[in-house]
Amino acid sequence: MSDEAMIEVSELTKRYSGHTAVDRISFTVGRGEIVGLLGPNGAGKSTTMRILACFLSATSGSARVAGFDVFGQSREVRRRMGYMPENNPLHPEMRVREYLKFRARLKGLGFRATRARVGVVMEQCGLTEVGRKVIGQLSKGFRQRVGLADALVHEPELIILDEPTIGLDPNQIRAVRQLIKDLGQARTVLISTHILPEVEVMCSRVLIMHRGRILAADTPENLQAIMSDGGQVVAEVAAPLAALRASLEVLDGVEHWDISPAEGEYQRCALTARPGVDLRPVLFELVRGQGWRLRELTSNRHSLEDIFVHMTRVRRDEEDGP
Amino acid sequence: MRSYFTLARRELAGYFVSLTGYVIIAVVVLLLGLSFTYLLEVLNGQAVEMPVTDLFYDAFFFWLILLLATPVITMRSFALEKYSGTYETLMTTPVGELEVVLAKFTSVFVFYVVMWLPLLACLFVVRHYTQDRTALDWGALASTFLGIALVGAVYTSLGCFASVLSRSQIIAAMISFALGIALFLLSFFSFLTPPRADWQSRFFNYISMFSHMQDFVRGIVDARSLVFYLSLTVFFLFLTLKVVESQRWK
Repeated sequence: MSDEAMIEVSELTKRYSGHTAVDRISFTVGRGEIVGLLGPNGAGKSTTMRILACFLSATSGSARVAGFDVFGQSREVRRRMGYMPENNPLHPEMRVREYLKFRARLKGLGFRATRARVGVVMEQCGLTEVGRKVIGQLSKGFRQRVGLADALVHEPELIILDEPTIGLDPNQIRAVRQLIKDLGQARTVLISTHILPEVEVMCSRVLIMHRGRILAADTPENLQAIMSDGGQVVAEVAAPLAALRASLEVLDGVEHWDISPAEGEYQRCALTARPGVDLRPVLFELVRGQGWRLRELTSNRHSLEDIFVHMTRVRRDEEDGP
Repeated sequence: MRSYFTLARRELAGYFVSLTGYVIIAVVVLLLGLSFTYLLEVLNGQAVEMPVTDLFYDAFFFWLILLLATPVITMRSFALEKYSGTYETLMTTPVGELEVVLAKFTSVFVFYVVMWLPLLACLFVVRHYTQDRTALDWGALASTFLGIALVGAVYTSLGCFASVLSRSQIIAAMISFALGIALFLLSFFSFLTPPRADWQSRFFNYISMFSHMQDFVRGIVDARSLVFYLSLTVFFLFLTLKVVESQRWK
């Protein structure tokens, strides 16, 4: 595999009459990456994906997939890309194997290749035992897997999945995520979601979109690191309340603290550290010195959720300001 | 080319795995049967000088079937896929727009021809029960079916065009019904204009569906009729193709 970029998007804009769905976004996705497009509903994720999948045209800007222009060489792009739209539309009257064969033929696979590949993707997506069932009668989880199998059947270099886990139950979500993670080992995957833990679990990189713009693009870890200042430490300590208050008051590096009673003799302390200070060893030393008992000591890292809420709120404040 | 056949086959199968196809065929068989009994009652043993195919065409059921059935057959071709979203999965495969349009037209057209086959049964009944073995002329029969196919090509391509304009099957059917009726009513102009040899009379006679069809049921295959029907078909398919292509630059 060459190290050129799989997706190159530059200054891409899509305007519908009246509003701008995608506003001058630029990003690149390297080969073999699993990239998550994250954003609230209406952020422009689906529009971006539809443009990359050659279904919509852009108002301005350019997009290239595997070096081919999405507008000028759309057929070459479509040959190399597997796309599963939002809500995963299928032909409900067809049988699973029949549908996958039909899709494989449409995507230009020969007779033998079709038979071989349909067998492989049905195995891969766990569809072997429902091959003869009518799609309309399948459960949502199975239908989602049919959609995934369809996206994979022609061995695309790039897989674009628009909200692949929406409407599934937790077990199905886990299965689909595992499948996507497995895919990412050999191919480039671009998925969109508004479910935050999903990107934390699956993606090597996150693009946060809001109102048609990209607010941040980084690995989940780096995004957390940006926010790591002012992290919170929670401890449950069995100690006399007055003594505990007095000790926390004089503790170094604490910006803010709060005590609430937990069950029994335990008190729950929530401490906010000054930037760059790790309070956990300090607290441990304090408890050991006093001879108290400690049953919990955790550091709350900021979840992607906090980052997301923070970023979208900051943006809203800027826009609403004078 | 491969995807053209794959797609046309699936589109055609779509009529038969769902109820739609059977309902349409059942209604058409009913109308044909009605038209047949009506004919038998009217003639009631009298001898007529016309070919049998001409008699069938003279009954208004012929145009009723054509005008009613074609919007119902064609309404789903694009509108259903747009509505259910499978249009998106279809257009993101490496299939050309022309292939899509032609495949959809082919499947609709083949279904339309299949729908007319019960007419053959009616004609064979006539042949079976008449003493005169020449009652059914093979040439007239073939040209009648050619005419049915050609006028059907116009109406189904018109229906495809209506279907590509809308996401709703009902609206698609209404558009194609309205356009179809308009095209049908234009034919009446040839009756309004006095039969002189000026250009107006010739023009209205040329765009009249009736006069062309009259030739076909009598066993006359006129090149002018062929050109008329085929050019209209190509025109509507061209419009359909342009609407499909416009999706990519709109």
